[in-house]
Amino acid sequence: MVDTSPPQALKTEERSTFRVAMDSDFVYRFKNSPVAIVATAVVMLMVLCAVFAPLIAPHNPFDPSSLNLMNGFSAPMTPNAFTGDTFWLGTDDQGRDVFSTILYGMRISLFVGAAAVLFAMVLGVTLGLIAGYVGGWTETIIMRIADVQLTFPAILVAMLIFGVAKGITPVEYRDQMAIWVLIIAIGLSDWVQFARVVRGATLVEKNKEYVQAARLIGRGSGAIMLRHILPNVLSPVLVIATISLALAIIAEATLSFLGVGAPPTQPSLGTLIRIGQGFLFSGEWWILLFPAVTLLVLALSVNLLGDWLRDALNPRLR
Amino acid sequence: MALVSVDRLTRVFDVSKPWLNRVVERRKKAFLTAVSDVSFEIEERRVYALVGESGSGKSTIGKMLVGLLNPSSGSVKIRDVDLARESDAKKIDDVRRDIQMIFQDPYASLNPRWRVRDIIVEPVAARGGDTEGMAERLLEQVGLSARDAGKFPHEFSGGQRQRICIARALASEPKLIVCDEPTSALDVSVQAQVLNLMSDLKDEFGLTYLFISHDLTVVQHMADTIGVLYLGRLVEEATPQELFDDPKHPYTQMLLDAAPQLDGFGREVTPPTGEIPDPINPPPGCAYHPRCPLAAPVCSRERPEMRPLRGARVACHMAE
Amino acid sequence: MSDPILSIRDLTVEIPTRHGILRPVDSVSYDIAAGEILGVVGESGAGKSMAGNAVIGLLNPPAHIAQGEIRLKGQRIDQLTGNAMRRLRGKEIGMVFQDPLTSLNPLLQIGDQLTETMLAHLDISRDEAQKRAIAALEEVGIPGAADRVDSYPHEFSGGMRQRVVIALALCAEPSLIIADEPTTALDVSVQAQIIALLKRLCRDRGTAVMLITHDMGVIAETADRVAVMYAGKLAELGPVRDVLTEPRHPYTKGLMGSTPLASKGKARLHQIPGAMPQLDALPDGCAFHPRCPRAEGKCRANPAPTLAAHDNRAACWFPLDPKGGA
Repeated sequence: MVDTSPPQALKTEERSTFRVAMDSDFVYRFKNSPVAIVATAVVMLMVLCAVFAPLIAPHNPFDPSSLNLMNGFSAPMTPNAFTGDTFWLGTDDQGRDVFSTILYGMRISLFVGAAAVLFAMVLGVTLGLIAGYVGGWTETIIMRIADVQLTFPAILVAMLIFGVAKGITPVEYRDQMAIWVLIIAIGLSDWVQFARVVRGATLVEKNKEYVQAARLIGRGSGAIMLRHILPNVLSPVLVIATISLALAIIAEATLSFLGVGAPPTQPSLGTLIRIGQGFLFSGEWWILLFPAVTLLVLALSVNLLGDWLRDALNPRLR
Repeated sequence: MALVSVDRLTRVFDVSKPWLNRVVERRKKAFLTAVSDVSFEIEERRVYALVGESGSGKSTIGKMLVGLLNPSSGSVKIRDVDLARESDAKKIDDVRRDIQMIFQDPYASLNPRWRVRDIIVEPVAARGGDTEGMAERLLEQVGLSARDAGKFPHEFSGGQRQRICIARALASEPKLIVCDEPTSALDVSVQAQVLNLMSDLKDEFGLTYLFISHDLTVVQHMADTIGVLYLGRLVEEATPQELFDDPKHPYTQMLLDAAPQLDGFGREVTPPTGEIPDPINPPPGCAYHPRCPLAAPVCSRERPEMRPLRGARVACHMAE
Repeated sequence: MSDPILSIRDLTVEIPTRHGILRPVDSVSYDIAAGEILGVVGESGAGKSMAGNAVIGLLNPPAHIAQGEIRLKGQRIDQLTGNAMRRLRGKEIGMVFQDPLTSLNPLLQIGDQLTETMLAHLDISRDEAQKRAIAALEEVGIPGAADRVDSYPHEFSGGMRQRVVIALALCAEPSLIIADEPTTALDVSVQAQIIALLKRLCRDRGTAVMLITHDMGVIAETADRVAVMYAGKLAELGPVRDVLTEPRHPYTKGLMGSTPLASKGKARLHQIPGAMPQLDALPDGCAFHPRCPRAEGKCRANPAPTLAAHDNRAACWFPLDPKGGA
């Protein structure tokens, strides 16, 4: 091997995963996209507010002892006629500070949304991987179930699951279980798109030669799916997860607005909007407006982030 | 005894449309015979090359050899073990360890999310072997640097990636490496480097290669024995010397004529006529007879068997 | 030499990126005369296709022509925009790409594609165009042309499709054909058919051809002159026989030597060490010097000399002497 000269010496030493990531085109594109930066900042801010709601909120709106009914229907930034207290965003009929209820409502909304997406993602990715890699009858069955489910609007599927779950839970647990039932209902109505995309990507990856190389040395199907294929199908999953998060938050709000979601004892943004709409025509517009705007900004920011991610991760648009 | 012996190997693919389409369009099931009745042997420490155009079945044979596909009939025996029929798991694992493969596309054959170190040692790690320092050692053996072990595949050029693939193939200390068009995605100057490296490693580790290629010139350079495939059938087998000086099958002659030559300035080739037939409905008898200048009536009736002819084997009724 | 059909002077294509400006084509000059086939060879990334794309105005932004000029039959075409370029492309320049499917509309019958092209660029009636379409298909060797004009592209095999593309490229009687790796995706036997066809048609019609390929054998058999590219620059330009048998640029010599054909009977192939540098990591001086056996201080310090279009010389400070072999 005398004149097998090595290829050019490479410039860099081994770099940590963090350095590689920070130097990537992805980070570069992020830094150059005002929309992505603003959307991320808004989402982060809202998540932080939701997580630290008990520390930020002036009152705990669900602690009856901290409430003063005399504060009811205070307009925003105006001292209350009876108590002289001022509330940024006003109060509702029971004297709860709207700002605090929004913070607590966002907590529920984000938690339900994120948990539902996580559930849908795990379920969809698993089924999609299996369908794509195993093929045959397994694939036919999984994908036909997915097709059938797609013929019903997601919100109807969620309502159906919610109704069934409500029917089989004992009355005394209903309020406690409501959140979890909500998560499962929204998650089950949302796994299909994960499964479809992952199956498609898996079909592409499984015919690549690195998968054949792994089969050749006797790696089992499970190891190949988890260690080889899964890391390579995750980019589209990330995009769908983000867009699904916005949809899940809206789905949760819709269900809660219709009265089949979060109970009044644990109100989400949707519940707040439902409560607020009752007072719209009596002039207390703030009870409806502020939760609605919050929901809008949250869903819009997450959606914009998802759109940007889709463009940034799509090799054809580069 | 030969390291590899392939006996009457045949592979049929079901290329039918889905059941519903078949019923609605009243079509029968369709079968594609990718490899038909191919027999050859590879001696230890030799390079056996399979050449052929697209659809000749050369890659399918390679996949059956390494056990990625099962034969429809016939057998592949490696050290007398038939991977498709052997029931003793220990024997299968022993043989598997002895076979490795290098693929055509250096961009698809390395997992983009893995570091080079993990890619190279996977054949050993999968069996729970000790991999300490192994990737670094192998990288240096294939002409890369030990520092490259911590990088990701996208940091390398095509030629360097193919070296990584070779390092991975060497990790389990195999006896046989099936090389499926290992240089056809590479530029000429890089191809020369990789081919030289493969020759060196062969001598150093006592390897046996099955070299699959569509490029006659590469095959001529690398092989000890060449098998020419046409439509899934072996039509001629000879040493490079024999094959290039005295091609016996009319298809081999056509291939040699058609290949562009470096000193062929202004050469007017009489282009070959016709195209490769549809493998779903191959012509009866000798598959080459519709394009063959020597074709006689017998050629469309009987499929020629391989027969010895002047130091080569050829499947042709008319060759003399 | 009579006036060339295509004349490229000092052509430079630039791509601004966040790592700086890349020059995939750098100060390239060459001519192609009527009836002449110019082979453009080089390894992937050498800029050979990019130069062809610049001529037909198909550079993908942000790539753009930064410098130099392109003349077709004496008229400058590098500044044409939009419609003017499109008209010119159909009428005066025919294109044949590696993948025939990219040049054919999958939803149109091939007869219609041919007649539409002719009607757009030639002053003939629909009936006449129809007749010429069939004649064109016969000319490129499609059996039963009269019946097959109604077929769709997917009903043809790869080799037949490439013939249809050639018929399409030639039907408006262009003065220049740009063939970018036209046979790379085809089998040897089909490649021989397509090359023979291209040669015959161009000779008969006096069409100038830019044949872009990485295959030295195809160049040897097809081209009249050859331009060797390396890292965006022209390394050597000259009559094909001279360049291939007596290369003056060390890169051409190395490239020729590393083909298995040239090393018949030798145990090892001649090899050029290293690989072509990436455009964002070009070395100082001559781009080839890190791999060059003849490199000296001058090569490391100064960029290689730029070739003028008619020079039968290598862009090298220490070219090989064709007589002595050096």
